[in-house]
Amino acid sequence: MAWVLRGLRDGIVTTPYPRRPDGYGPNYRGAVEVANHPGGSDSTRPEGLDEASLSALCPTGAIESATGIDDQRGLRLDRGRCILCGRCVDAVPARFAFTPMVETAAVGRAGLVVPPDVEDDAALDRLRRQLHKRVKALRRSIHVRHVDAGSDGAEEWEVSALLNPVYDVQRLGIYFTATPRHADVLLATGVGTAGMAGPLQRTYEAMPEPKVVVAAGADATSGGLVHPSYTAGPGIASIVPVDVWVPGSPPSPFSLLHGILLGIGLLPAPKAEP
Amino acid sequence: MTTVATTTSLAVDPARLAETVADQVRDGGRFAGLVASARDDRSTVLRALVATADRLEITEAVLLPGQVRYAALSAQIPAAAWYEREIHDLFGLEPEGHPRLDPLVLPLAPGGERPRPGQGLGPDRVDLDVAPLPGHVSGEGVFTIPYGPVRSGIFESVEYLVETLGEEIPHLRTRVYHKHRGLDRRFGALEVDDAVLLAERVEGTNSVAHATAFCQAVEGLAGIEPGRPAELVRVVHAELERVAAHLDSVIRHTEGAGQAVAYARMSRHKEEVMRLRGRLCGHRFGRGVVVPGGVSAPPQLDPAAALAGVGRLEAAISDDARALMTTPSFLDRLRGTGPLPGDVVVAHGALGPVARGSGLVDDIRAARPYGAYRHLGFEPAAGFDDGDALARQHVRLAEIHQAFHLTRQALDELGEAAPAPWRQEVPAVNGLAVASVEAPQGELLYLVEADGGRLTRVKARCASFHNLALFPEAFRGDIFTDFVFIEASFGLSIAGVSG
Repeated sequence: MAWVLRGLRDGIVTTPYPRRPDGYGPNYRGAVEVANHPGGSDSTRPEGLDEASLSALCPTGAIESATGIDDQRGLRLDRGRCILCGRCVDAVPARFAFTPMVETAAVGRAGLVVPPDVEDDAALDRLRRQLHKRVKALRRSIHVRHVDAGSDGAEEWEVSALLNPVYDVQRLGIYFTATPRHADVLLATGVGTAGMAGPLQRTYEAMPEPKVVVAAGADATSGGLVHPSYTAGPGIASIVPVDVWVPGSPPSPFSLLHGILLGIGLLPAPKAEP
Repeated sequence: MTTVATTTSLAVDPARLAETVADQVRDGGRFAGLVASARDDRSTVLRALVATADRLEITEAVLLPGQVRYAALSAQIPAAAWYEREIHDLFGLEPEGHPRLDPLVLPLAPGGERPRPGQGLGPDRVDLDVAPLPGHVSGEGVFTIPYGPVRSGIFESVEYLVETLGEEIPHLRTRVYHKHRGLDRRFGALEVDDAVLLAERVEGTNSVAHATAFCQAVEGLAGIEPGRPAELVRVVHAELERVAAHLDSVIRHTEGAGQAVAYARMSRHKEEVMRLRGRLCGHRFGRGVVVPGGVSAPPQLDPAAALAGVGRLEAAISDDARALMTTPSFLDRLRGTGPLPGDVVVAHGALGPVARGSGLVDDIRAARPYGAYRHLGFEPAAGFDDGDALARQHVRLAEIHQAFHLTRQALDELGEAAPAPWRQEVPAVNGLAVASVEAPQGELLYLVEADGGRLTRVKARCASFHNLALFPEAFRGDIFTDFVFIEASFGLSIAGVSG
């Protein structure tokens, strides 16, 4: 009896997301934004840092310089490789900045590269429409099978957090299941190690159609800082076909939820980057 | 050779290594690990680590190029068995007299090239041979249940082979190779500033402990000390990390016992801890805070606001913990479950809350204090020796309480401190250093070797690796339904075991 009252003590603590936006506050490192200055009028760039050395700043090679496009000093950042260490933000605050955004997941790998490319956008729209058509039947009762394919362990904490009263994904009809035969969504974490390639593939094959694969985290998306290695692949896409990509090292519970909702078509198409 | 002040080293012939280390253990030392490093000339250095009351003794032996055999340490020190299996996997060394040299982290296909972390090149890719292992126990009606690597729930991948007659678990084996990421070699490809980022990802749930241990080793080599304010910031993050890890163990217990309300409340408290950590530095796991030479930045939250958050959390957690620890239906599941007798724990040299629940109190924050722990008031959690899951739970709850206390002390002092240099310049490093911290699971060791500013060998010896070898010992007389509690009461990180 004491526990019943204790359970009622704090009222509702559940997030309004996805009905209303929510997040972790202004200081949270949700993702890195890139600012490109047209015409090369970049007076804030520190001496001696050309585009090549800006790319070299990144320990995971997430920054790519695309000089020449529309005569802009084009820098692009791949959030799927970014581990949010903040080195680029510290070194060149005029070009890179943290944003507290949590809706970071994308359908299609190119969707994680910022600023977005116009050609990519059209292709991604097509991908999104195809995925939504495929998973139309699923929307109200979603069973998720999580598989760790070589994570650092932090991802599992964040996936587990989806079941706490703050995120409470069961209110959205999302359940975690033990058996792949009941699963609609495969939520895979980790770099895709040689030892997990077989189990991950067998889990995928045991799932009924239609199925959605979510790559959860920078490690699952690109191998992060762990790849290259003699057993750690560059993410899980070399083992199973991925539909939704969730960046982050590890991805936050909000980002994971965003990825799952995106995968099963319960979210409108994400807003374009400013 | 440079070493940090609390270590001593000794070089011996490989034939004498086992004998020397066994003597150290007989004299009251605790076997803490065995680390191998490859050298450019294809020779291999073996370093045995033994902890005494206030020091770490390193005994070193060099195996010449092509020499793979040496007298096994595990013939005399059973706790060395997993270390020698790991070294066999990664280096191809053959300890003579090892009780059972099954693959542990890397079941290499026949003829495959060993990675040999250290100097020199290794393979780009390896093939695994993952044939199922034959059973250990035989007899009428005995069968083996493979549990994992994909298990029923949100777990890290690990495989338990349960040999059973139906209910009781007379024998259990663990296979941990699935997640092996080859981190030891990966470290060697990174600059010091990048390597700390990889250290944060060895055990992602212990990012702060790993970054701190790695940085202490580097700082030891560089002969610098981060200033006191930076050390206090490290304490704040490390202790909140401990609170989160211990709460995670509590949550898994409540989940297993079907205590729905306690599960909901405790997991909400954990979420609040993660958010407080996020508000302090922008990252829910405190990544990017600890860097060689100090910390990247002071807390983003002013100390008064952080103190208020810590106070609220502590009050809420203590209140629910008190209710939980007086709920008979919960305590019944833990009492007597997964018993670890004191002599087993001492013989193995178990670490952290697993050891402290059986009366072996060896907390590095007190035994070999580092950073700000040298000045902060701290007494390790002692007085628990029942050795069951309940005792380990008591240890964790006591440590949560202490962790909050330490966090408050550090924040108080930070509030008064003058603005300080948060980060010192780190000169190019050279030599060998071993640093240790008390991670949530127990003693975490980092062995770092550098040559001309370049890292040649980084080995993280995680408490989870050392303690998981003891896991089957806790199943004496227990049945299947106890499994979840025994596992939760160990509270280990598989990522740190697989490497």
